[in-house]
Amino acid sequence: MPVTKNIPQEHRFFLNMGPQHPSTHGVLRVILEMDGEYIVEPQPVLGYGHRMQEKMAECRSWPGFLPNTGRMDYAAVLPYNHGYVALIERLTGVEVPIRAEYIRVITSELNRIASHLIWYGALLLDLGAFTPILYTFDDREQILDILEDITGSRLTYCYFRVGGVSKDIDDKFVVRTREFIKRLRSRFSMYEKLVNNNVIFINRMKGIGVIDADMCRRYGVTGPVARGSGISYDMRKSEPYSVYPEFDFDIPVGEHGDAMDRFLVRFRELEQSLRIIEQGLDKLPEGPFRAKVPKKIKLPAGDCNFSVETARGSLSYYMISDGSDVPYRLKIRVPSYSNLSVLSELCRGMLLSDLVATMGSFDLVIPEIDR
Amino acid sequence: METAGNLVLLRMVIAVVLIVAFVFLNALIMGYLERKISARIQRRPGLMEVGPHGILQLLIDGFKLIGKQLIIPKDADRFLFRLAPLLSFVPVVLPLMVIPFSSKLQGRDFDIGLIFILAISSLNVMAILMAGWASNNKYSLFGAMRSVAQNISYEIPMLLSLLAVIFMTNTFSMQGIVQAQNKIWFFLVQPVAFLIYIIASFAETNRAPFDLPEAESELTAGYHTEYSGMGFSLFMLAEYANMFVVCSIATVMFLGGWHGIPLPFGEYSNAIWFFMKVYGLMVFMIWVRWTYPRTRFDQLMNFCWKYLIPFALVNLLVTVVLVKLL
Repeated sequence: MPVTKNIPQEHRFFLNMGPQHPSTHGVLRVILEMDGEYIVEPQPVLGYGHRMQEKMAECRSWPGFLPNTGRMDYAAVLPYNHGYVALIERLTGVEVPIRAEYIRVITSELNRIASHLIWYGALLLDLGAFTPILYTFDDREQILDILEDITGSRLTYCYFRVGGVSKDIDDKFVVRTREFIKRLRSRFSMYEKLVNNNVIFINRMKGIGVIDADMCRRYGVTGPVARGSGISYDMRKSEPYSVYPEFDFDIPVGEHGDAMDRFLVRFRELEQSLRIIEQGLDKLPEGPFRAKVPKKIKLPAGDCNFSVETARGSLSYYMISDGSDVPYRLKIRVPSYSNLSVLSELCRGMLLSDLVATMGSFDLVIPEIDR
Repeated sequence: METAGNLVLLRMVIAVVLIVAFVFLNALIMGYLERKISARIQRRPGLMEVGPHGILQLLIDGFKLIGKQLIIPKDADRFLFRLAPLLSFVPVVLPLMVIPFSSKLQGRDFDIGLIFILAISSLNVMAILMAGWASNNKYSLFGAMRSVAQNISYEIPMLLSLLAVIFMTNTFSMQGIVQAQNKIWFFLVQPVAFLIYIIASFAETNRAPFDLPEAESELTAGYHTEYSGMGFSLFMLAEYANMFVVCSIATVMFLGGWHGIPLPFGEYSNAIWFFMKVYGLMVFMIWVRWTYPRTRFDQLMNFCWKYLIPFALVNLLVTVVLVKLL
């Protein structure tokens, strides 16, 4: 519902949404220039959670930065681990055993599901439904338990190592993961009944925050937000890494690019991730879980880029090395930053309630943006 | 004559004291029910710590809220800011005076009982507007503005649906309406009016899915964002008492009031039936709240003006014609 008329200056006022606001999910601040309940000009203010992650990377040897990768996007950590170790592997030419790659893919997809489950609950929380988040957290809890057993932590994992993973998975992991797949599949129909087919929910989401393909290109929007606009762009397919080419899965895309499409894309991705995990467990090869890597690897001079698909979009690490074991520069390209930058153009003339729904459909993790 | 007048006055005083006590008790019961039922819906145990199954938790919470400091924000209108919670409390206590809990248990049976209730309960909007205005907070003001628009709009279908019943009973007296239902309860005769009334009452009490005035995720807490301690708890008391009022009206108008199959409690069985019906409706409201997401403001208003009011008018017309013919 765009505001077409010119709003006189004296009718406008500023509304400060955040940094402590329940639906900005962290410390995002949006300065809204308002006309009544309509937004004239939204302006996101970033940096409240800035921790100089890129500078930290320049100040320590490259293995020392590995735990930091888990502190950016706390909801989907393993793809961040993956991108960093894969970058080092590409730079130093370390070969990774095939079993390790399978473990990486399986655990990353589990983490992606966990992240999507948080988003699912949080979006509904933004829309005023309190119950779904407890159901999704119930499901997510199973994933955390499974991952805790093999990685040792529940949220900020540091599981991948250069040349493999830190600990092998066992039969218990396989059994529990299979149980989880069965459980989550059986819950989909419940979610559909409770949320996806709810008329209030559909009315809140349909036609809200329409992003077209051109806008995605201009702002560098990736991930489920771009896929909701009909762009079938997923790093797992378009620039395949690890063992993803060996898996059979689809990239769900939307048609209209509205909040509902973004919602449905993520919801269908849950099923696709389950498919990947299932195939991974079926095909899981025997062998070492970690390559023999010298204790101290020197990075060769040069630069290198590696992109992975996190739960929110494409993540790129770009490293310039001068030959020492401390990177000269590490640039991290995070998906949420580009996705959020659409907000200003997208939400002009929107209602305040729609802004909340739109931001919820972006699945923003603010520490990832601020990093 | 004078003694009779004194007796009536005494009866009123006792009724007011009992009703105020009951409003607090109701808040305790509803607070407990709300938290326990929402916990059950969300598959968690809920209150468990204080007392068996946490039944004393709400008492403790009450003491805690009384002990809290009253914070008045800078540049707020101090007088209105303090007055608003009190004012929100008055219009929910007065309607309970004319609600017939049983054939005898009633503060006073006015001839215009229903009109009295509707007139008094619309004052609630003023308290909310006052709270939103005095808080000197834009979010509060948003909540207050939404509340005013919403409550005024939804009063129309509410009145129209109740009017359909009034045409059938020919009386505004609450006791009279209940007695008119000794054969058949009106929700069977007037299902459309009942449905419209229930929907409108959700909006009137600012309960989800129409809780836009206090929409947590958009407006932090809407009109009571700036309130703490007793200010906040008076608003909560008023909300639960308001729920009780609209559910009692629904019970009186549509669910046969205190009528019911005789229970082995003699004279009290009528009152027991009444409370069972009212709390049944209130549990239904809780159930809805913890199931549905919130509507958007323009959708809410469209729903009222495009669907509820026309349907209520048609329903009223049909009722009038049928009453005239039969």
